[in-house]
Amino acid sequence: MAQFAFAIIAACLLGSGFQAVSSRNLVHSVLWLAISLVATAALYAFLDASFLAAIQIILYTGGVITLMLFGVMLTEQGTDTGITNASHRRIPAAVGALATFGLMATALWQGAPRGDAAGEFVTAKQIGLSFLTTHLLAFEALSILLLAAMLGAIVVARRKDP
Amino acid sequence: MIGLPAVLLVSAALFALGVYGVLSRKNAIGLLVAVELMANAVNINLVAFSNHWGGVAGQVFALFTIALTVAEVAVGLAIIILLYRAHKAVEVDEAAEMSG
Repeated sequence: MAQFAFAIIAACLLGSGFQAVSSRNLVHSVLWLAISLVATAALYAFLDASFLAAIQIILYTGGVITLMLFGVMLTEQGTDTGITNASHRRIPAAVGALATFGLMATALWQGAPRGDAAGEFVTAKQIGLSFLTTHLLAFEALSILLLAAMLGAIVVARRKDP
Repeated sequence: MIGLPAVLLVSAALFALGVYGVLSRKNAIGLLVAVELMANAVNINLVAFSNHWGGVAGQVFALFTIALTVAEVAVGLAIIILLYRAHKAVEVDEAAEMSG
């Protein structure tokens, strides 16, 4: 049963991921990415990470996809959202991607840890405690980074005053 | 249950799809979509390791990378909008002023 669920999630993830990088329409590409991100959230839930699954839905499908669609609308004239993959780069790109996959699959074949999972369910409380004790410095640095990114995005995209 | 290698194999395939997208897309937003796929594959790895060995660290790292990716998308889209204002196009081949 678990194998069956995993197979369905993996098929959704990889199928929508492939459509996201090969679709001829930019809006479709972004929406396929949304499906792929939802499938990732399902995979997180499958791996006993329910808090991360919720965060994934809220931040990615709620925030990033909306932002990207806004980006598409702001940069396309009219309704022309057709895009293509550069035809002369398609074969080399496929070769590069297959080589990357082959390298990682070989490494997995030789050295991946086998055996059963620890099966430990991590709660949101544990994650929060870890953020505010062990990883406090990184957490504060992250908040400064988010502030800098926000200000940077506003400053870069602002229309210059006449 | 599903073993760790199966999950890692799926995430490697997702990463390879992202590599294909980064190498072949011309549109800057298409590139950003492909980069998102690659970051997602990394997150799946972190969560899978956290599930396999137990402990909270893997999921905390995954949360950090999610926040970093969101910041990256915000700044990336701002740069793309700037590119569109300068060139009236978001094809990355168009922005060739710096090439020698």
